[in-house]
Amino acid sequence: MEILKVSGVNKAFGGLKALHDVNLAVEEGMVHAIIGPNGAGKSTLLNCFVGRLIPDTGTVMFGDTSLIGLKAHKINQAGVSRVFQTPEIFSDLTLLENVMIPTMARRDGEFALHAFKRLDRDAEIHDKSMHMLEDVGLAEKKDMIAASLSRGDKRRLELAMCLVQDPKLLLLDEPTAGMSRADTNNTIDLLKRIGDRGITKVVIEHDMHVVFSLADKVSVLAQGTVICEGKPQEIKGDPRVQEAYLGGAHL
Amino acid sequence: MTSKTSPMRDWIFFVVFAIAVLTMPIWLAPIGAGYPDLLQKFMIYGLFATGFNLLFGLTGYLSFGHAAFLGVGSYSAVWTFKLLGMNPVPAAIVAVITSGIFALLIGYVSLRRSGIYFSILTLAFAQMSYNLAYSVLTPITNGETGLRVLRTDPRLFDSSNAVDGPLIANLFGIEMTGYAGFYFCAIVLLIAFFIAQRIFRSPFGIMLRAVKTNQNRMNYTGLNPRPYTLAAFVISGMYAGLAGALLCITDPLAGAERMQWTASGEVVLMTILGGAGTLLGPIFGAALIKYFENIFSAFNDQTLHEIFGFLPDFIEVPVVSVTSLFVGEGWHLTLGVLFMLIVIFLPGGLMEGFSRIGRLFKRSSGKSESRGAAAPAD
Repeated sequence: MEILKVSGVNKAFGGLKALHDVNLAVEEGMVHAIIGPNGAGKSTLLNCFVGRLIPDTGTVMFGDTSLIGLKAHKINQAGVSRVFQTPEIFSDLTLLENVMIPTMARRDGEFALHAFKRLDRDAEIHDKSMHMLEDVGLAEKKDMIAASLSRGDKRRLELAMCLVQDPKLLLLDEPTAGMSRADTNNTIDLLKRIGDRGITKVVIEHDMHVVFSLADKVSVLAQGTVICEGKPQEIKGDPRVQEAYLGGAHL
Repeated sequence: MTSKTSPMRDWIFFVVFAIAVLTMPIWLAPIGAGYPDLLQKFMIYGLFATGFNLLFGLTGYLSFGHAAFLGVGSYSAVWTFKLLGMNPVPAAIVAVITSGIFALLIGYVSLRRSGIYFSILTLAFAQMSYNLAYSVLTPITNGETGLRVLRTDPRLFDSSNAVDGPLIANLFGIEMTGYAGFYFCAIVLLIAFFIAQRIFRSPFGIMLRAVKTNQNRMNYTGLNPRPYTLAAFVISGMYAGLAGALLCITDPLAGAERMQWTASGEVVLMTILGGAGTLLGPIFGAALIKYFENIFSAFNDQTLHEIFGFLPDFIEVPVVSVTSLFVGEGWHLTLGVLFMLIVIFLPGGLMEGFSRIGRLFKRSSGKSESRGAAAPAD
């Protein structure tokens, strides 16, 4: 079953055609990677999924819901979470608080005026958040301020914040950008582990190592359009991909 | 590292705070602040700053127009006196409601922008309110003379219409002046402080801090920051309105100058001086500013000559002429210098200073403990 269906999406910035008739279908439970050279329109496409950009034409359907024109928080409440290229976390708050916020957002909706409840008495939120922190291996650091974490740990925390919401679809924008090899491998392991939960993932990635170790299906984007789609092994050998993405060099 | 919170600790904290507030007339007497008028000001402006801090300290939205709500609260309170009688309780309730509605309108428009644009919008609204109160709305506000309760006013529920002397707010016969006025303000402050403490510890409070830290992540977490900031704005406007009502309860006169931008700036100073985002900081800041205002503005050349009298004349004269710039009318200079020093050396305000001192003590006691623990091992 398709969880995300993109059809005929066009987006231009002034004279620059960033996306040109993009069609894409993401199957439920799959890890779908979107790769492509710089400027191919990967981030533009992702921004069309989360309400940051509105395509000029075309549709983006998430299940039966159209995501076009919806505000970011509505899209999240519909079940789409997003990991950013640079981790977006609540850096002045503790790790536990960071995870509690999305947990509450999922339970209480986009706004709840709980001004007299004590947060430290809310066992449900606390336990769920602590479980999540344990899952990503940050439980001992729960009282640290998030700003003091390493890049890799910030990524873990951001993933925890997305996963605790049990999203139907998780969007990952270059999840290992700027990471050391060790951090990258840790992140891959973590992403593989959360694959067991059956969360559909769309990954935008530069790092081929990451793509080939994670993805079930790959779409190659070049000059704003999907030039090729298939299993990682098929993509590897496709001459069009090597031409567009690698400038003809062999992988 | 953050300190752990627990309901027990918060109760202890609150009880200690309550005792400290209620015994103020005793322990503030030695530094010359133990008289009711000044103590009332501590309470009222402490309340004002506590409310302001709920917006600025938690969400980071810097309102430069909070004096408007103080003024609205004052006018509402005086009108309640005029129409219903001199009981302070309905006056306070009416003031909270009207300032809340007022804050809802101003906040709804102003919160469309953030950062400096938000500050400018709130400032513009406050100056508009000031000008409305000063001239346009004279029938309601009595313009520059100020609104006061007159003997001819209906005061529907006042049984004792025949009292002589000036009209003073009274709670079932207790006149709200002097220490009675202080204790009334103190109890209101304690209730408001308790509510603020609960908000700090609540899910709502943590959402407000999330607004301050990262609105982008908040949006992508399925939360809508706008109603959170608006709720914080309205609550803090209600606090300001209540403070305005207390000003009129202790002295039933409301003037437009209460809404001036200088008054809005003052509450910003109080909050930053004490420590924005902390519970006690704004109250310390308010007390410090009001204390200095009273002490330094009361100084004149005469008192300076007495203080520096021990110096030889040729030194005394220049010293007095320089320091006289900083006292009396010029006490704002002292305030300015103090503010600069705090912002530069203690960006977290007085509260940061206290916690640094606390840590210093903890470290020295921690050292002796570890030494004690190491001894048996030897």
